[in-house]
Amino acid sequence: MTAAVPAVSPLDVGRIRADFPVLQRMTRPGVPLVYLDSTATSQKPAAVIQAMEDFYRRSNANIHRGIHTLAEESTAAYELAREKTARFIGAPAARQIIFTRNTTESINLVAYAWGRANLRSGDVIILTEMEHHSNLVPWHMLAAEKALRLEFIPVTEEGLLDLDEYRRLLELGPKLVAFTHMSNVLGTINPAETIIRLAHEAGAVTLVDAAQSAPHFPVDVQTLDADFLAFSAHKMCGPTGIGVLYGRRELLEAMPPFLGGGDMIKRVHLRSFAPNDLPHKFEAGTPAIAEAIGLGAALDYLSAVGMEAVAAHEHALTTYALDRLAEVPGVRVFGPSAEHKGGVAAFTFPGVHPHDVAQILDEMGVAVRAGHHCAQPLHEKFGIPATTRASFYLYTTTDEIDRLVEGLYRVKEVFG
Amino acid sequence: MDDLYREIIIDRYKNPQYRRTLVPSDISFEDDNPLCGDHIRIDLRLGPDGRVAEAGFDGHGCAISQASADLLMEAVLGKTLDELKALTRDDILEMLGIELGPVRLKCALLSLKVLKAGVYGLGEANDELVE
Repeated sequence: MTAAVPAVSPLDVGRIRADFPVLQRMTRPGVPLVYLDSTATSQKPAAVIQAMEDFYRRSNANIHRGIHTLAEESTAAYELAREKTARFIGAPAARQIIFTRNTTESINLVAYAWGRANLRSGDVIILTEMEHHSNLVPWHMLAAEKALRLEFIPVTEEGLLDLDEYRRLLELGPKLVAFTHMSNVLGTINPAETIIRLAHEAGAVTLVDAAQSAPHFPVDVQTLDADFLAFSAHKMCGPTGIGVLYGRRELLEAMPPFLGGGDMIKRVHLRSFAPNDLPHKFEAGTPAIAEAIGLGAALDYLSAVGMEAVAAHEHALTTYALDRLAEVPGVRVFGPSAEHKGGVAAFTFPGVHPHDVAQILDEMGVAVRAGHHCAQPLHEKFGIPATTRASFYLYTTTDEIDRLVEGLYRVKEVFG
Repeated sequence: MDDLYREIIIDRYKNPQYRRTLVPSDISFEDDNPLCGDHIRIDLRLGPDGRVAEAGFDGHGCAISQASADLLMEAVLGKTLDELKALTRDDILEMLGIELGPVRLKCALLSLKVLKAGVYGLGEANDELVE
């Protein structure tokens, strides 16, 4: 992901698009869908939909306690999904993969289970100004409960983290540094390895919000040396309702459980319980079994395409999109140049509210998102209430970006 | 069905050879299978040469968990502690002579998990001991 990489996609996008049923549809007669909202949620390939349907048609049973054939098959399929997830992010062991509902729940798990046990009044947590609400509010809540101090790595005008200021903040002796690997608005790909190394030198534990990175480029928890890393299946070709928390073994072992109930226990008596081993200690109740299987199928799909190729394709598209958007008078794209940016273009259009931009684009079949994208503080920082956001994935084409740009000219016509 | 309940498993379940507690012992440990409530306790006495001289198990559970414990006690006799640490799930499956899915595997491996946690002197048994 550097400027030296030629902006040419290695993917046969036509073949990839044929794998996604929804991409074949029209949004109205004669108007094909141009889906530029993958940062909110990605579309799903047929293989994922099929894997979940097969599970319900053939094996559906509750897992872990059953003796019968269906229960055995369901348990094996659920645990296989955990192994695939571990391999996908380079985790040393499958037991370090906790299935949650989504990135948000993964971060809340860390805040409640690790944070409550390890943080005391006056302790410092470092976040950044470009965080999604999911990596802000859990810490606001914990800070209010335990009188913690929250500090924020500033975002520069260009949309990068100010690492000099980060180094100064580290002198406060933070207990935790929690940051997004890739901004869902600016598209900024943060230097996670450096941030983590500096945090460790200062004695802090690290949490990486990988909701936007794991779907779009290779992420290896051991290379990063991350202590916690969270992401969601639905942004990476998988279903909604299942997310992942990776954790360093010693941290997970030492943490108290999060939610209480079935499956997370070793023994239960009327007045006490003993928690189960990892990963089950953090998975109370019947989990999202079909969704885990869908996630496994999504990771198979992405691995077959190759995450390096996905990243190179998106880099080519981002470079193209930034060039094309620059042609449209008045459009201002936020965030860094393509060199430091993933497949996201959030922009403002002079005199037109993002909701109106999105409405007119929708009439042309172009699906974009409008609003503050769950990153209100970042928008406040740039002094804007909202942006229009187009985002790209492995199935996005340059033709679709042309349709976006045509749509923006149409916006210009409508609003004069 | 025939495969899972081979004669040796039914026989060892009904007529265990090593069901006993040894007090005092050199190594003792007990743990549960959280999935179904099986419980196994293992006691070992070592000879002057450091090898297992006497072994016994106690507890309750399904035929597979109890038979595998009984067979394991037979297998550990005469072994050094290092040899016990080297025992794997494949050794247990070979003794039982059956293939097991993930749920029943936990039943079969409970005794090995308890044995290893005891030999390593761990406070608590964990699944990693038998992978």
